[in-house]
Amino acid sequence: MTEVFLDPTAELSAASKALLPRLATLEGKTIGLLDINKPRGDVLLDRLEQLFAAEGVSVRRYAKPTMTRVAPLETKQQIAMECDAVVEALAD
Amino acid sequence: MGVLSDKLEMGVWPTAFANDDLYWVIYTGAIVQFFPLRGAMTNTHANYIVVVKRDCPTCVLVEPVLAQLQATGCNLQVWSQDDPTFPETVTDVGDDSNLEQSWILKIETVPTVIRMEEGAESERTVGWDRSEWLRLFEQDELVAELPDFRPGCGSKSVEPGMPEKLALRFGDISLQSRQIVVGDMEDAMESCFERGWSDGLPVVPPTQLRVVRMLAGTNRDPAEVLGEVPPDLQPCTVEKVAINAVMAGCKPEYLPVVIAAVEACLIDAFCMHGLLATTWFSGPMVIVNGPIARAIGMNSGGNALGQGNRANATIGRALQLVIRNVGGGKPGGVDRATLGNPGKYTFCFAEDEESSCWESLAVQRGFKPEQSTVTLFAADGVQGIADQKSRDPESLCRSLAASLLTVGHQKFAVHSDVFIVLVPEHQRIFADAGWSKQKVIDTLMELTTRPGSELQPGVGGIAEGMPEFVKDMQLPKFKPGGLNIVRAGGTAGLFSAIIPGWLASGDFGSSPVSKEIVI
Repeated sequence: MTEVFLDPTAELSAASKALLPRLATLEGKTIGLLDINKPRGDVLLDRLEQLFAAEGVSVRRYAKPTMTRVAPLETKQQIAMECDAVVEALAD
Repeated sequence: MGVLSDKLEMGVWPTAFANDDLYWVIYTGAIVQFFPLRGAMTNTHANYIVVVKRDCPTCVLVEPVLAQLQATGCNLQVWSQDDPTFPETVTDVGDDSNLEQSWILKIETVPTVIRMEEGAESERTVGWDRSEWLRLFEQDELVAELPDFRPGCGSKSVEPGMPEKLALRFGDISLQSRQIVVGDMEDAMESCFERGWSDGLPVVPPTQLRVVRMLAGTNRDPAEVLGEVPPDLQPCTVEKVAINAVMAGCKPEYLPVVIAAVEACLIDAFCMHGLLATTWFSGPMVIVNGPIARAIGMNSGGNALGQGNRANATIGRALQLVIRNVGGGKPGGVDRATLGNPGKYTFCFAEDEESSCWESLAVQRGFKPEQSTVTLFAADGVQGIADQKSRDPESLCRSLAASLLTVGHQKFAVHSDVFIVLVPEHQRIFADAGWSKQKVIDTLMELTTRPGSELQPGVGGIAEGMPEFVKDMQLPKFKPGGLNIVRAGGTAGLFSAIIPGWLASGDFGSSPVSKEIVI
């Protein structure tokens, strides 16, 4: 059943969960490109890699073994350690 | 009705209009459900209200009495708490399985008979007492074969935990805090982590019911503002303290201690903002004195500074959660600690007053022994001091003094304040010699006073040291009042504790503060 909590904070921020801070610049950053292993995801990610490269942004490629399950923990940890941001291609 | 009652459980209060004997409940703009108006089934013209439950032998016993009263024309409204078909021989029994009537009528025992006059209660009786019933109902006899007296049973409305549930559902409790709806797919505990409410350990999800139960631990108004919590200087109500106390794992009876601790940390002399922001190790340590410490089962004995006692553990944690959640003080944010210390999760204990030969910390600070207090100190971790060989106070003082000199830095003077937690076996040495606490403090102050020349930079091949202008002074290690002693700990072990404080003490930083605990 849906639960309701009482906010323990001073309620200065939105009630919804906060997103991670966005990158202010791509300069000097490493971007992960995650292919979820669905057809034509690579088409989008290849194009993104070209565009990032043209901006001088370094890119690392990752892939999930299957689109049907969430990414393995190792993959998530690897991306978190190696990248500043990640683009996930949902594809089709 | 299910859908709406779920919404009510969720605390999403729809707009409701009373019209004759129906509620028109409007929720998000659409009429979704009709509800009977509260008490619509009540026979408002009844001269008597009787509340019963089938599970009570006395209620079963008086069934023929109620039937006889009704048969003779008595204007009677019977409410049944657990079975609307009971009593079978009485007609128009009201279904009070949601206990609303029992709550409104403040029923503690069943059966309860309430006599009404002009719509208001004039008197009531509980259980079965023939003479009382005869008098109330103005009868000469009621089912003569019954015994004269049988006590009643507890009302379902006062079963453990039930009053708060009913108050939330039917009462006029108005909590001000924003309601956070947790998604069906979310794990309650994980959701608290993800919202940044946790110190790193799991917290108890702060549901409305838990917060209402927590608030029962104090007589104070949930809306009372205790002050502004740094670093964001946000107003902190009793209700916000209660929410964080729930999350910390407190029992309701700990709440007054947590409230006092929050009030104490907001006293200007404590300098909570600076204490939070410092790169130094310190965080607020809470020492509880007075009868409440024993009443709520705090540990002042073996492992008093360690884990395992719920009150010690959760009161200190609740204070830290208030600073984190209400004040917005988080590591990496305004909390700039280089290392911090484990006491920043929680650091709270009670003084062992009953076995002590000296006045307590609270009495020393001007309170009466019967008052309960918290004293807050900007504390680092625990530095152990072993002395298993001293048998006279002079030797033990020299021993303690040698260790006290290392607080902050061996060459520092008049920087940190300090608390010594003296264990029973060490205190006994002073007690046997007839030394007062003040004599011990004076001796330690004298033994830790050194010439400024010994503390200069470069002395001993160490670059750190005191400024040159103190070179010709005699410098006490601690400022007057900066050396404090409390008693705690197990009965075995000649190992006391030195708890050093923030380098910035006194007017320059933080001074210990005390606050009386008010229920």
